[in-house]
Amino acid sequence: MKKKKWPETWQEINPGCMVFEPASARSYLTGSWKAQHPVWDDSKCIKCGICYIFCPEGCVSQDEKGFFRADLDYCKGCGICAHECWPGAIKMVEEG
Amino acid sequence: MAKRVGMEVGIAAAEAVGMCNIDMAAVYPITPQSHIAEHLSEIVADGRIDAEFVTVESEHTSISCVSGASATGARVYTATSSQGLLYMHEILPIVSAMRLPVVMANANRAISGPINIWNDHSDIMPQRDAGWIVFFADNGQEVVDMTIQSFKIAEDDDVMLPICLNMDGFQLTHTVELIEFPDQKEVNKFLPPRKPFATLHPDNPISMGTLGMPEIYAESRKSQDEALKNSKKTILKVWDEWEKMFGRSYKPVETYLAEDAEILLLTMGSMSETAEIAVDELRKKGLSVGLVKLRLWRPFPFEELKAAVKKAKLLIVTDRAVSFGGSGGPVFIEIKSALYHEKERPLVYNSIIGLGGRDVAVTDFIKLIEDAAKAGEKGIIRDYEFYGVRG
Repeated sequence: MKKKKWPETWQEINPGCMVFEPASARSYLTGSWKAQHPVWDDSKCIKCGICYIFCPEGCVSQDEKGFFRADLDYCKGCGICAHECWPGAIKMVEEG
Repeated sequence: MAKRVGMEVGIAAAEAVGMCNIDMAAVYPITPQSHIAEHLSEIVADGRIDAEFVTVESEHTSISCVSGASATGARVYTATSSQGLLYMHEILPIVSAMRLPVVMANANRAISGPINIWNDHSDIMPQRDAGWIVFFADNGQEVVDMTIQSFKIAEDDDVMLPICLNMDGFQLTHTVELIEFPDQKEVNKFLPPRKPFATLHPDNPISMGTLGMPEIYAESRKSQDEALKNSKKTILKVWDEWEKMFGRSYKPVETYLAEDAEILLLTMGSMSETAEIAVDELRKKGLSVGLVKLRLWRPFPFEELKAAVKKAKLLIVTDRAVSFGGSGGPVFIEIKSALYHEKERPLVYNSIIGLGGRDVAVTDFIKLIEDAAKAGEKGIIRDYEFYGVRG
């Protein structure tokens, strides 16, 4: 059976909307909200990690070569990484 | 053995809490509730009970604090009044939505302005839609009994809701009354330790107080409405159990000489006992009058109220709060709407009375009822009135 995204009926609501599955927020892909996504120009990147530090979603991580990428399942496209990147290595690109 | 003592009702409320095996309390003192806060903190400080008394800096914090503790499975208590209750307002609907059992006393006091520390019901009425169970006590004995009952009701798995027990400020909280305290062993039997439905604990992580998206918000509100309505079953069950163990009966709607009465007066809280005397006096004069006392304000006891008033010709609802620009006091609005679809229903009048500590004497009730009776006989449809207002 396909897992429900949310309770169908009021009778299925847990008392107080309690959630008994730890870290279930992970299954809610907030990345669908974004209108733009960050694109890194690795030739300009100095691997300082300021994008990683400032990302409010915690969705930026370092790859095996030491460059940074956003997990687009959770990136909301806020552009803070691009704003903070002082070498100008990140560009926000429109979706679609 | 139960013992009978003469005690100030505010002190007695704290003593009753002291018998309930609470784990923590957070109470910010405010007139006329302060004696509850002070005496409960003494009970804890003297080591009479094993509980935490958290001294908070505001009512917004006291209610937040007890709610957090309740989420960990603790039995919790708080108390407030007037502006303090209004300061809690932001948190009140969250406590009920999170289905956290909390027992709170409210020493009813007028709200500002003008600044007034005396008794009426204008503090609790704006909290009507906060999703709490709301009780009104008539006297000191009921304050003690209902405090103990409230923990059992609030913590029941079929309820899991906060309860606000209203007691009139000064008229009750500062009056010395003869009160029968139940035996501690009997209370322990009636009120075993809390068995929480779920608790916040790092070993077993769960989430409480989560975000509710548009896709589930309406369903969550509906489930909360059903939960509050459903709580009446447990309230009745617990009151039944109380009566069997301690001999005193509690009903959502209490009546006094109302069976055959053509005219009914409806009151809430401490005014009810004064009203009983007025009913006695008027009965002696040959007027067919009785009293209906509303003990349970939320969930509203529709069936019980309809049954109590259906044979009467005239129902005079007293309100101790104003709904500015509305069609009457909040209790009147509720009752009129409850009776709208009834085939058999009395004419309903509304007197706003006893505001901001204005004394309501037996003679006031007599005058109010006699005046209403004259108008009622002619079938006159009346708006709400501010009883005894000058000018």
